[in-house]
Amino acid sequence: MGTWSRFNIASIVLGFGFLYLPIVLLVIFSFNESKLVTVWAGFSTKWYTQLWHNQALLDAAWVTIRVALISATCATVLGTLAALALVRYTRFRGRMLFSGMVYAPLVMPEVITGLSLLLLFVAIGLDRGFWTITLAHITFTMCFVAVVVQSRLLSFDQSIEEAALDLGATPVRTFFAITLPVIAPAVFSGWVLAFTLSLDDLVISSFTTGPGATTLPMKIYSQVRLGVTPEINAICTILIGIVAIGVVVASIVTKQREAQRERDERAAFAQS
Amino acid sequence: MTRVASALFSRLVIIIPYAWLLFFFLIPFFIVFRISLSQTAVAMPPYTPVFDLFGGLSGILEKAREFSFDNYVWLTEDVLYFNAYVSSVIIAAVSTVLTLLIAYPVAYGMAKAPKTIRPTLLMLVILPFWTSFLIRVYAWIAILKPEGLLNQFLMSINVIDQPLIILNTNWAIYIGIVYSYLPFMVLPIYSSLEKMDHTLTEAALDLGCTPFTAFWRVTFPLSLAGVVAGCLLVFIPAVGEFVIPDLLGGSETLMIGKTLWNEFNANRDWPVSSAVATILLLILVLPIVYFQNAQAKADSEGK
Repeated sequence: MGTWSRFNIASIVLGFGFLYLPIVLLVIFSFNESKLVTVWAGFSTKWYTQLWHNQALLDAAWVTIRVALISATCATVLGTLAALALVRYTRFRGRMLFSGMVYAPLVMPEVITGLSLLLLFVAIGLDRGFWTITLAHITFTMCFVAVVVQSRLLSFDQSIEEAALDLGATPVRTFFAITLPVIAPAVFSGWVLAFTLSLDDLVISSFTTGPGATTLPMKIYSQVRLGVTPEINAICTILIGIVAIGVVVASIVTKQREAQRERDERAAFAQS
Repeated sequence: MTRVASALFSRLVIIIPYAWLLFFFLIPFFIVFRISLSQTAVAMPPYTPVFDLFGGLSGILEKAREFSFDNYVWLTEDVLYFNAYVSSVIIAAVSTVLTLLIAYPVAYGMAKAPKTIRPTLLMLVILPFWTSFLIRVYAWIAILKPEGLLNQFLMSINVIDQPLIILNTNWAIYIGIVYSYLPFMVLPIYSSLEKMDHTLTEAALDLGCTPFTAFWRVTFPLSLAGVVAGCLLVFIPAVGEFVIPDLLGGSETLMIGKTLWNEFNANRDWPVSSAVATILLLILVLPIVYFQNAQAKADSEGK
């Protein structure tokens, strides 16, 4: 391992500065007294109190959270199944097509996914609104869950599973008693990823929505087009705060569970 | 009994996600293609002929006679669309190169960092990815505006005396794409650099290579898989990007994602938007297939 040179440190500091400075500035100016977002006029939390009286915004936030909760949960189930299919069953008819359909949505431009789902919903005569957004979100987030869970399954010691099967457990029981507990951290981070992707989505939601279902990103987008205001900075700051807390908590939980699992495995080996 | 249950379980594991993706991902593309052959109409849905799933085969064939490639002919006749495709590909390519130039040193620095702080660095790279894309693009408006924070800063330290015009130019789009997609480039490069056997570089140095030659002839080729994955993860979505050109680019900036959006939302021309999407998909098919193969290969190596 080479040394950590000054050049390495400088590139990391500059790179991370670039990544974080805009977000930090956005947060700072959400506490600005003035309506101008670029001129500092003193500390104030008035934009946050104003948010509480903006009923349309609160409604949009509620719609967004419900969509994200439902779609992330369904996407986690489907994505975990897809990951199992990809890793455990290396031979079945149409596997090439299947793995293609799992990976393609990861890079597919959102305008294409959004338009194609909308046209599907119109073709089958589904009323557009809350549920069409949810279905669309399940579809594109399940692929991200599949990739996250798949990478955990690949590093999984399959002999534990085989032992359970040999000892007479049914495949279903083996899955719930052995496989699921081991991959649980990955399934959980898949859920969190699906939740934040859904929370964040603008383009696919805009295409698949109908009357009465406005999500928070759609609301933010329509206000942003009219100009930068401290009120939007305040919403954004709240969202960033929620996500930051969520990610930090999730990573701590995951780390603890993994340490626990490693201890358990070592203890199990020591006994045998 | 067990065998039956086992077979049923493995069937379900495959069939459920398979059917979902077929119905919600693959079939919609065929519908897009089909509607791209229709004509715009003032109705709901705003196109004709309307496909009737229950019309039977003869009904479908009857309707199929009304299909036409007029929309595609129109796309080739109107130079606006051609320019939008070309400039989307160019903007995406330039941004991908810029992202690579910035991401590589960061990933390299992370891979060389002491093992104890690497997980923290990794989390710091991933964290912005979890915060809203829209918010991160929005943050740049206040920075790049003529009276924005960047110009205020540069003028206060007397680097410039006239504000730079960046917002609503292609430069703002480059900055937006590089910024939004940076983690997608850093992560695959970092993971390929981290796996690398560092004794190889040391051997090259011992044998008299300069550090740069050792990097260029040993380290860089070994990280190429990560570089390719990162470039595809940035390039493909960037070609169809909508939010960044819409918020940061000017009215004269042509990008196909924005054109499609306007065609759909402002002009309500579903058939033409479908034709635009079909061609965009055709342009991206090769890189997407390449990306899938690279992913599948990486997975089978991971086993």
